[in-house]
Amino acid sequence: MAARRRAVARASSKTGKASKARAKATKSRARPTATVNTTLKSMDDGQVRWIYQTMRRIRRFEETAEEAFKAAKMRGALHFYIGEEATATGACAALEDGDFITSTHRGHGHCIAKGARMDKMMAELFGRTTGYSGGKGGSMHIADLELGNLGANGIVGAGIPIATGAALGSKLRQDGQVTISFFGDGAGPTGAFHEGVNVAATMKLPVIFLCENNQYGMATHNEFANAAPISARGPAYSIPSPKIDGNDVFEVYETVKEAADRARNGEGPTLIESLTYRHKGHTVLDQKNYRTKEEIAEWVARDPIERFRTAVSSAKRMTAKEFDAIDADIEREIENAVSFAEASPWPTLDAIERDVYAE
Amino acid sequence: MANTMSNGATREIFMSEALREAIDEEMQRDPTVFLVGEEIGVWGGSYAVSAGLLEKYGPDRIVDTPIAEAAIAGLGIGAALTGSRPIAEFMYSDFMGIAMDQIVNQAAKNRYMFGGKARLPLTYRAPFGAGTGNAAQHTQSLEAWFVHVPGLKVITASTPYDAKGLLKSAIREDNVVVSFEHKALYAMRGHVPEEEYLVPIGVADVKREGTDVSVITYARQVHYALEAAEQLAAEGISVEVVDVRSLYPLDTDAILRSVRKTHRAVVLYEAVRFGGFGAEIASQIQELAFDDLDAPVLRVGAAHAPVPFSEPLEQGSFPDAEKVAAAIRESLQGVR
Repeated sequence: MAARRRAVARASSKTGKASKARAKATKSRARPTATVNTTLKSMDDGQVRWIYQTMRRIRRFEETAEEAFKAAKMRGALHFYIGEEATATGACAALEDGDFITSTHRGHGHCIAKGARMDKMMAELFGRTTGYSGGKGGSMHIADLELGNLGANGIVGAGIPIATGAALGSKLRQDGQVTISFFGDGAGPTGAFHEGVNVAATMKLPVIFLCENNQYGMATHNEFANAAPISARGPAYSIPSPKIDGNDVFEVYETVKEAADRARNGEGPTLIESLTYRHKGHTVLDQKNYRTKEEIAEWVARDPIERFRTAVSSAKRMTAKEFDAIDADIEREIENAVSFAEASPWPTLDAIERDVYAE
Repeated sequence: MANTMSNGATREIFMSEALREAIDEEMQRDPTVFLVGEEIGVWGGSYAVSAGLLEKYGPDRIVDTPIAEAAIAGLGIGAALTGSRPIAEFMYSDFMGIAMDQIVNQAAKNRYMFGGKARLPLTYRAPFGAGTGNAAQHTQSLEAWFVHVPGLKVITASTPYDAKGLLKSAIREDNVVVSFEHKALYAMRGHVPEEEYLVPIGVADVKREGTDVSVITYARQVHYALEAAEQLAAEGISVEVVDVRSLYPLDTDAILRSVRKTHRAVVLYEAVRFGGFGAEIASQIQELAFDDLDAPVLRVGAAHAPVPFSEPLEQGSFPDAEKVAAAIRESLQGVR
């Protein structure tokens, strides 16, 4: 163990420099303001409101969950999506009712963006009977099948073949639905990625593989994990693989919408690499030795919620007062979610062997 | 007496045909049923189980995949979760290792992790077992791996009649069922009636009645047990052969009924003896019928080695009628 810690410490002084250099390289990346303007114009007020509301919900849900975790009100693992909200939100905004998603261990954002109830999510994190899974799943296993959320997943990359299966089902049932498989850059090296994407491409299935490249799988940098960028893989499967600014909700929305149209038209899958960053550590527990303060600050400055708010304000689509009113509503919603979770009963032991099989 | 043997009608078909009939009938009955796997279409399946089905149902319901076992397992899960009723075939059960995460961490656990809300009407089919000279990576019996995972049901048939009835039940289940089909039995002929029937999952079948020793077994080993029973009958030893048919759920009552009658049990299986599913059966018997036993429960299984290629070595590593007969005699000597 000690040897491993030393090795990590040595490596981190090197990665420190490397991450500074990477931050510099991505710094000058200009935001395509043209997309913001045309996309924002194409959205109605309800959509604009929904996007802000959803991103704020995700952020406040996780900030509150972190507090509860630190206060020892919940246990297990919490993987934070904070900083990545634009990807789940922009992607789900482009979906239609009945479309499917598969999510990841970092899945709170996908669940909320797909319409999950925060009180039932919070109760699940608290391990209570009123949670999405009655306390049997926890943070990494929230699903809402009625909303088309086929589940968060504790195994990196495992949602990719499942999403492909959902898309095969849609093709056979001719239900016109598409499936988004969310996964991180950490899933890039897995066999499940290749098997799932290749089969989907050969069968031209209506599925979107949405890689949230937050640049780190635990402490391992994307460039170490993947021999080539995820966006370079499309040609290998004869599918498009655009790389987008994952902190720009408009760009995510436009790209996913186009991919969904392609999928619905029978043109097959799209692989999207959405570049983003997690502001927080891998989980509540984090070594904090693999990223520089400068790099984190750089990305916090590109906060997707602030960017959205600025764009919407300068286009005079929403006033400060309207934003504040949404924030206040969300605070109430969050407070209710926590008190609902805390007041909910613990499951009783007779539940242990229930729900293993359908009767 | 065994229902599989007593029917008056005379139609005899191969087990591969019986399985095909099961798939065909269920596909006709329910438009959401489809078959997915490697070489199941044009080729007709490695053991010809799906021969002719592509012509009948087309490529949308007989879905050929590239070599991608994790994808095959996942295709089944995703389609089942969203409203279809897939049958996913592995060319050999040995290849399920590649798909193990999808089967064990995904298919088996989705329902439970999601609080009982997920419905997975999904059947995995996989040829298993030895005797074909295909060596270490194409002849294993890995059923114990799957029985050990809550959320899966595991079945395996010894006759064409059971194979058809069990597979039809599996396809109609709203659960994940792993159906192991013994490769040496695909070409076995047996009675299968024209009219529709189901064999329920979780119900054992006494394939031969006897009074002196119970042999508890499944799949191809049922036939070795019957062969041994026939030989021993000439010596005045009466052997009862219980075919469990379903490994999970296990029909413990049927096993106990037999053991309480004969007071002796030999557990017979083709998997590696050590740590095999037979240990579970033996354990159930001693826990629940200890006072009824006149001899230790014996296990007969395969050698602790990968499956060898050379014919005498392969034959020698597995139980056969002679080895079972020897175990039965040993059990009879073990009077306390």
